[in-house]
Amino acid sequence: VSTSRDIERYAGLFAARTRVMKSSAMRDLMAVTARPEVISLAGGLPDTSTFPPDTFAAVAQRIATESCAKALQYGPTEGLDETKTCIAEVMAAEGMRVAPEDLIVTTGGQQVIDLVTKTLIDPGDVVIAEGPTYPGAVPVFSAYQADVVQVDMDADGMRVDLLEETLDRLERDGRRPKFIYTVPSFQNPAGVTMSQPRRRRLVEVAHERELLVLEDNPYGLLRYEGDAPPPLLSLDGGVYVMYLGTFSKILSPGIRLGWVVAPPPVLEKINLGKQAADLCTSTLSQLMVQAYFEESRWRDYVESLTEVYRARRDTMLDALADHFPRQAEWTRPAGGLFIWVTLPDFIDTTDLLARALRDNVAFVPGEAAFLDGRGRNAMRLNFSGSDEDAIREGIRRIGEVVTEQVELYGTLTGEHQAVQVEEPPAADDNVLQLPKRSARSRRAEGS
Amino acid sequence: VSAVAVLKGGRSLERQVSLRSGARVEDALERLGQDVVALDVGPDLISQLRDASPDVAFIAMHGRDGEDGTVQELLEILDIPYTGSGVVACVRATDKVLAKHLMIEAGIPTPEFFAFSETAFRELGAADALPAIEERLEFPIVVKPSSQGSALGIKFARSASDVPAALVAAFSYDSRVLLERHIDGRDLAVSILDGEPLPVVEAVPVGDGFYDFEARYEIGRTEFVCPAELPDGVTEQAQELAVRTYRLLGCSAFGRVDLMLGGDGELTVLEANPIPGLTETSLLPQAAEAAGISFDELVGRIVELALERAPA
Repeated sequence: VSTSRDIERYAGLFAARTRVMKSSAMRDLMAVTARPEVISLAGGLPDTSTFPPDTFAAVAQRIATESCAKALQYGPTEGLDETKTCIAEVMAAEGMRVAPEDLIVTTGGQQVIDLVTKTLIDPGDVVIAEGPTYPGAVPVFSAYQADVVQVDMDADGMRVDLLEETLDRLERDGRRPKFIYTVPSFQNPAGVTMSQPRRRRLVEVAHERELLVLEDNPYGLLRYEGDAPPPLLSLDGGVYVMYLGTFSKILSPGIRLGWVVAPPPVLEKINLGKQAADLCTSTLSQLMVQAYFEESRWRDYVESLTEVYRARRDTMLDALADHFPRQAEWTRPAGGLFIWVTLPDFIDTTDLLARALRDNVAFVPGEAAFLDGRGRNAMRLNFSGSDEDAIREGIRRIGEVVTEQVELYGTLTGEHQAVQVEEPPAADDNVLQLPKRSARSRRAEGS
Repeated sequence: VSAVAVLKGGRSLERQVSLRSGARVEDALERLGQDVVALDVGPDLISQLRDASPDVAFIAMHGRDGEDGTVQELLEILDIPYTGSGVVACVRATDKVLAKHLMIEAGIPTPEFFAFSETAFRELGAADALPAIEERLEFPIVVKPSSQGSALGIKFARSASDVPAALVAAFSYDSRVLLERHIDGRDLAVSILDGEPLPVVEAVPVGDGFYDFEARYEIGRTEFVCPAELPDGVTEQAQELAVRTYRLLGCSAFGRVDLMLGGDGELTVLEANPIPGLTETSLLPQAAEAAGISFDELVGRIVELALERAPA
């Protein structure tokens, strides 16, 4: 048997881990969403056009006159103390106290997921994640050959009771997970927030079972209503909870600046991993943050973002109620960037995306948020990256193709009443459970 | 030395593959000493082609626009010679329903099928005919859009309850879909260069256990064997069927015909691709290499054929 030389030339050189980093039809589809004529509700982009250029100029000027040479130089792996002071201030705004030595400044929050996984996971080790989970974490877990076990969520976040069942089951199989990955506030992609009792219980579970938790909190300060439950880190006191923060959503994703708080022995290993990965985080970016914090009130900018995003969220929720058929359900996020929509299970959202792209509109198919093939009837919608007109029009177009498919299915099954059906059939236990409210009643509540 | 415009990308769902095919063709053409202009096909295609006024256009596009005769039609109007099949062959091959009807007429074996437009279901109550179709084709049944080139939208219905959702998915890609008898067997592909068949490639799913229909389209889950190890006479038979299909549809210069070798030893033709992939892992370049034709030679030959066909 001879295979083509072209394949063989490289095949022997690839590491085993690349075998799971597979290309998928969905990823090819996502490439089409970048075309300019497409209204993309697929990204996770903050709206950087809201940042005042004058402030940017003042920040740059300040660095040029005060710390030019330093900005152009390497820095310590763990990050600059000046930047850590700013980070401590951001964390204090969410009720957490940290000292500079408790944290490492990283190249975006994404690097934290990579470094934590690199530090803790051997091939085949178990990571617990929410189902659905942050799509950007999926390739990281895959690259380190983690066995990811996803725990269902509802409107109050991860089902901690199911988590315990899962941990029991794993224990019976002689497997002990290394860490639990969670986005407790305004979860990406589900948009839901973990309730305070669940947060307490999750931290207790971590202590009882001696498990680490990685709390990923990029959006905590982007709250549009209600009171914030305490971060897991503050409940735990930093014993089993590691914390991921980032400037991406409160300042800029382009400066690539995040941070990680972890127990000292873990932080030491993360530091070694960071050294190997990139020696240090951009000094220029770190000094920009410092200059920015001195130059202006960072909280005012976050406040202005909150105003903009709240209006966009409301626009999207209204548009969903107007244009999506009753069989569709969606979450109502109190903050963050995303709404998660669940469609009847006969709709495959990857195929639906192909149809939607013909009408120049895009979203993220739910399967991107699962490693086990679930989520095929769900989609993630982003409301922060498009203006209100684009959101309204985008949702109208998606609603049209969803309605078209619901009707077609009704025709195919002879259930011509399908569009009028009030309640979808009860979901079974393996399916993501998120709030069930009909579009109409949700509308009546107002937003 | 010729000025060659490489057309790639475009709005097709196979944009990514096309960009990879195009980039690889550009490299080959440069090594061959040609002047290369790369064009990512968009609304300004005509003006870009007029500005570039190439001697020949290399169409490295897959799926909608590039493979269905649209771009070929535009190049005819602009009087620019182009690679591969002409308008009519592209139209016939891209429309799987038409291609299969033509095959049946010509006595080329192809899996039994039924095709419907969306309006047949919406307005003519075609759903009432589904039980009869299911009985005739027997489960599992393959459901696919008529014109989608890649694996997108192809579903495998294991029982009657899977069929409606599979149809909804297929209709996401095209207003016409087909339900086809599933052939349990080996996946073969015969690439053709200038009317001559190249060695047969077999796609073998990686790993054991239940054969996962979707797996064959995922990189890394399929291995390709070339030349395929087949029982006596089957290689020649597959090549002959492929060439007959290619001629029947009116293809020229190059193409690829996909076949199944059933458990009963019978060969059937699934479809023909007028512009098969030209990436590192694509089947046509692999087959050419197995025949001792390097990628650069392959690309050079395809350009020559386009220029030969062009009226002087």
